[in-house]
Amino acid sequence: MKRNLTGSAWVFGDNIDTDVLAPGAYMKGSIAELAAHCLEAIDPNFASQVKPGDLMIAGDAFGIGSSREQAAQALVELGVSAIVAKSFARIFYRNALNLGLPVLFCPELGVIKPGDQLQLDLTSGLLHNLSNGEQFQCEPIPEELMGILEAGGLMPFLQQRFSKSGSKT
Amino acid sequence: MTPAQNAPQTLAQKIIARASRQPRVEPGQIVTCQVDLVLMHDSSGPRRVKSRLEALGAKVFDPSKVVLVSDHFVPATDPESAEILALTRRWAQEQQIAHFYDMQGICHVMLPQQGHLQPGMFLVGGDSHSPTGGAFGTFMVGIGATEMTGVLATGEIWIKVPQTIRINWQGQLQKGCSAKDIMLFLCARLGMNNNYKVMEFGGSTVDAMSMYERMVLCNMSAELGGKTGIIAADQTTTDWIRQTGQPVAADALSWHSDADAPYEAVHTFDASTLIPQIAAPHSPENTHPVTEFDQVPVHQAYIGACTGAKLSDLHMAAEVLKGRKVQPGTRLLIAPASLKTTEAAAKDGTLATLTEAGAILLPTGCGACAGMGAGAIANGENCLSSTSRNFKGRMGSPESNVYLGSPYSVAAAAVTGYITDPRQFL
Repeated sequence: MKRNLTGSAWVFGDNIDTDVLAPGAYMKGSIAELAAHCLEAIDPNFASQVKPGDLMIAGDAFGIGSSREQAAQALVELGVSAIVAKSFARIFYRNALNLGLPVLFCPELGVIKPGDQLQLDLTSGLLHNLSNGEQFQCEPIPEELMGILEAGGLMPFLQQRFSKSGSKT
Repeated sequence: MTPAQNAPQTLAQKIIARASRQPRVEPGQIVTCQVDLVLMHDSSGPRRVKSRLEALGAKVFDPSKVVLVSDHFVPATDPESAEILALTRRWAQEQQIAHFYDMQGICHVMLPQQGHLQPGMFLVGGDSHSPTGGAFGTFMVGIGATEMTGVLATGEIWIKVPQTIRINWQGQLQKGCSAKDIMLFLCARLGMNNNYKVMEFGGSTVDAMSMYERMVLCNMSAELGGKTGIIAADQTTTDWIRQTGQPVAADALSWHSDADAPYEAVHTFDASTLIPQIAAPHSPENTHPVTEFDQVPVHQAYIGACTGAKLSDLHMAAEVLKGRKVQPGTRLLIAPASLKTTEAAAKDGTLATLTEAGAILLPTGCGACAGMGAGAIANGENCLSSTSRNFKGRMGSPESNVYLGSPYSVAAAAVTGYITDPRQFL
């Protein structure tokens, strides 16, 4: 896993919910189809214009709503490299880590404009806005959970455990 | 500072301590819990975990501890949803899942209806409204599909021991008010960002509530952003368990918070002054008293989902609709929460009252609440719904508007064609 991320900022407000991230009408199809409609209700350009490596910045309760993992999976599919928010809805937070998508709390986010160039150090939690020079300290990801992220998500993490123990229970 | 071993604890702490096999646990600690029961449904279940389990070479840790319910893509509306349901059936058989309910009702209603819950249990569910089970004195949290794969493979999950917020309601609710109005009020009052907190409900209003109404309190703890909702068991809880045909666990009534438990906050509200509440688009947080809505037209009145289509919800709607008709230009759709709900409502005359008023009955299932079945709404239309969420585009067009209210309020709007205080009809 890359510990130092650089990319453009996509900036959202509070309460970005799972219905706008993964609209129910597209839940039957593939992740690629669903991802094409990610956030279209609030930003019709997001899915077509977001580039692999871009970072998302948001306010409180990012990912509130459903347990649908596709909300996080759509962002992984689109290549989002990390999300920094004031706070996350708890199921979304777990889903993202389980899918290998870094999610960091940053209670005091200063000025970040859409398209600003950002640099995020996952080890220290330092977020550097290269466009205006400002720096913010995010809460580093707890050590207990970093193992899952380092492995690339819960599935590869469990694969290590299952192949080590040889257990099939 | 570590509290003494005999320091008072919350109910959530006690259940997590038991499930993690520790003498006690403290908020903030990350512990691994053994899961007593797992709830899954057709949308987040087999179709998302089957291939992952196979990739791990793992089997379900204990098929007798899994309850699987097909409730989202039911009945199938196209070949894709039919395939999802077929895959769910095949997987249930392959894995010898002990409790599989195929199109019998919504998972959060099936779990207590079929007697699967006992106070003190630690459960996970593959759905965000899993906190509903907390109404029975359990600790039950929602998880996503990869997490579910891990639980199915290992029987375990890590959890950060949460803080608890105690919410007391005292006194008697007015006629025309319900648990739904309480929860919409709380979404506005406490906001939707009570992340990682347990919402523990109590007080004389809650003591007097039926299990159906208590389920609404815990169900919509999800909308408060909470980790879960919880209500200590009492005689009402044990009576419910008995009528499902299950024995009541000997320690059922011992699962409660201690006096002077270390709550992060305690809120107390007066139920007698609450008036019906309506959430305006596009968030449950955007709730106001019904009296502040001036002639807002309602094109679709919807009674459905785990939150708002149990037997008690149909009774509330029938109380308003008895001897009245649905307004032309407004459609009233009702999707009962389980087959047993429909059966009971047919037996006691409720269905006749609803259909005589002009209600359209839809199949049992999550349906339009999740934007999945029949009952989608068009660009520019308004829907008043007894469900729990009104995020943008959830029930159809991104340019549609969903309002939330109690079954009383939904029925009243069906009669007048606009958002209406239901108390005038009661």
